[in-house]
Amino acid sequence: MKKIWIILIALVVVAAAVVFFVVRARIEEKVVNIFNWEDYINEDVLGMFEEETGIKVNMMNFTTNEDMLVKVRNSPQSFDVVFPSDYAIERMISEDLLAEINFENVPNLQYIDENLLNPGYDPGNLYSVPYMWGTVGILYNTTMITEPVTSWGAIFDPQYQDSVLMLDSPRDSIGLALKYLGYSMNTRDPLELNDAKDLLIKQKKDGIVKAYQVDEIKDKMAAGEAAMAVIWSGDAQYAIELNGDLHYVVPEEGSNIWVDGMVITKAAKNKENAEAFVNFLCRPDIAQMNCEEIWYSSPNTEAVAMMGEDYTGNPTLNPPAEIVANCEVLLDIQDFIEVYNTVWLEIKSATAN
Amino acid sequence: MTGDNVSVLMIGGIALILFGFAALVFISVRRSHGFKRSFFASPYTLWMVLFTVVPVLLITYYAFTDSTGALTLDNFKNFWDSNYSVNQLYRQMGPEYEVLITRGYVNIGILVYSLWMALLCTAICLFFGYPAAYFMADRKMKFGAIIVVLFVIPMWMNFLLRTIAWMSILEDSGLINTVFHLLGLPKVQLMYNNTAVLLGMVYNFLPFMVFPIYTALTKMDYRLLEAAQDLGANPTRTFWTVTAPLSLPGVVSGITMVFMPSVTTFFIPRILGGGNTMMFGDLIENRFLFQGNWNLGSALSLVMMALILLSLGILRRVDPESEGSGIV
Repeated sequence: MKKIWIILIALVVVAAAVVFFVVRARIEEKVVNIFNWEDYINEDVLGMFEEETGIKVNMMNFTTNEDMLVKVRNSPQSFDVVFPSDYAIERMISEDLLAEINFENVPNLQYIDENLLNPGYDPGNLYSVPYMWGTVGILYNTTMITEPVTSWGAIFDPQYQDSVLMLDSPRDSIGLALKYLGYSMNTRDPLELNDAKDLLIKQKKDGIVKAYQVDEIKDKMAAGEAAMAVIWSGDAQYAIELNGDLHYVVPEEGSNIWVDGMVITKAAKNKENAEAFVNFLCRPDIAQMNCEEIWYSSPNTEAVAMMGEDYTGNPTLNPPAEIVANCEVLLDIQDFIEVYNTVWLEIKSATAN
Repeated sequence: MTGDNVSVLMIGGIALILFGFAALVFISVRRSHGFKRSFFASPYTLWMVLFTVVPVLLITYYAFTDSTGALTLDNFKNFWDSNYSVNQLYRQMGPEYEVLITRGYVNIGILVYSLWMALLCTAICLFFGYPAAYFMADRKMKFGAIIVVLFVIPMWMNFLLRTIAWMSILEDSGLINTVFHLLGLPKVQLMYNNTAVLLGMVYNFLPFMVFPIYTALTKMDYRLLEAAQDLGANPTRTFWTVTAPLSLPGVVSGITMVFMPSVTTFFIPRILGGGNTMMFGDLIENRFLFQGNWNLGSALSLVMMALILLSLGILRRVDPESEGSGIV
């Protein structure tokens, strides 16, 4: 008899919990859950979106594609719109994490540069809309480095002791070493990777590297904490705005040219709100607001036209065609990422001097 | 684990808590026709089970399985030889890659480095912490109580904030270098090296050394000191024969309280060391968050836990009654 009581109580409690969660989910207000890079959107835009559509924006941030992938894999239903880079989009498509976007809800796609549509990482352009694009290059302080920097060789030159901030991101940093050695950034040849590893370990042992960082780099460079840094173009532009002594260059050996897209997860709970958000960000005035806030290159032709000379005359934002021609888009290297990760840890844990 | 599973687990977990609570109320009311005393410990017990026992079981499960869930020891082989997985890949790829097959010392190297840093940190904390605690506990010292408060106040702030604050002191354009510059002295590189990491660790963990020793010293029976003096012992002899042995439990507890968090330190090497070195905590974080390799991350965590249990066991032998514990 007593046992029946316990079972009854248990059933009531479980039922109550389930009902509570279902009801709560139903009566919740209209929301869209955004998973974006740190400092990668104009905050005012979010308020405007909320006001115009009545959809509340929940913003969450990540630091690297790898970090983002882990979180989206573990709880895809927590995010509606995600902002991954090219190779990460390819990866997410192959892992079946993304939903096809209903472009009828995204009419502002017409403003996006056609050259950036139907890219290699998303054949048929089913899953992604370009948000920003840019390059990886060297940002240097002209008061500390007097010779002009044109090659990746500068960050491997032992005369610059304790002066380089490296990007703590395996694909970017190993990629640039590969490029300097004349290999592809997407190589799957362990011997080439091994050469890149030796180069990066030598750079550390020669005492050239000051620190391995990601989000801190732009502020450190603006404050004059280091002479050179490997950096994404938008972060470079941000630092240049704060410190006129800084100069950004995409080395002549070529570099990584990347596109960050907006994608919608398959498990998204608010797909239509997500599409409304993607469409909103493609509106030219909004794209301009975002571009002028974070200073990456905009794929929005109408926004670019509105910004005029400020944008087109800036080589950091609008690199010359011959530089772009030397650059490579990162592709998903699948299981081979294990080798990149192992190599990167070996570099990171190598003892300097 | 997919997202749906996670929400099911969460709902299940909450239901489990409610059910457990209901069951405990029911049982204790039934047994004693009123609330039993032990009933009040049940929220804590449930908390422990859910957030300590269950996670440890999950970590153990992940450590002994691969990404498909099959049983394997590869994670521990990968811990021992950090190139274990890539070596297998090279072997598959063909004979021209055989030259690349080497034993990897990444994990072991980082572990040894972490133990060494923790040892240094503990030694420095003891060196500075004992005298500090001694003077704070001294009845003749007027300002002992004030110093205690001064030690406590920084602990009201989160340790991440305090560590980041050190950046603006040590940076090239930071406080110390600005003062040096004003005095016409050359710039010194204070950040992004081992010393900065060690400084951050000592700064963060020093109170954990001071307070156990302080408590042991204040609990000490002062009549013993008077007796020693009456019997003709000079202050040095009194210290070594009376004070030091009586404060030993505090010292042991202090060493434990400093060594444990030191070994598992993370974030400080990244912030003050500029990522030039990694400690074991950073490595575990890297495996989990950036590589998404929960299995290897769990194996590393298990190794860490085993080491901590081992060192706790060793300290138990020094201080069998663990008199100094449970202070901070």
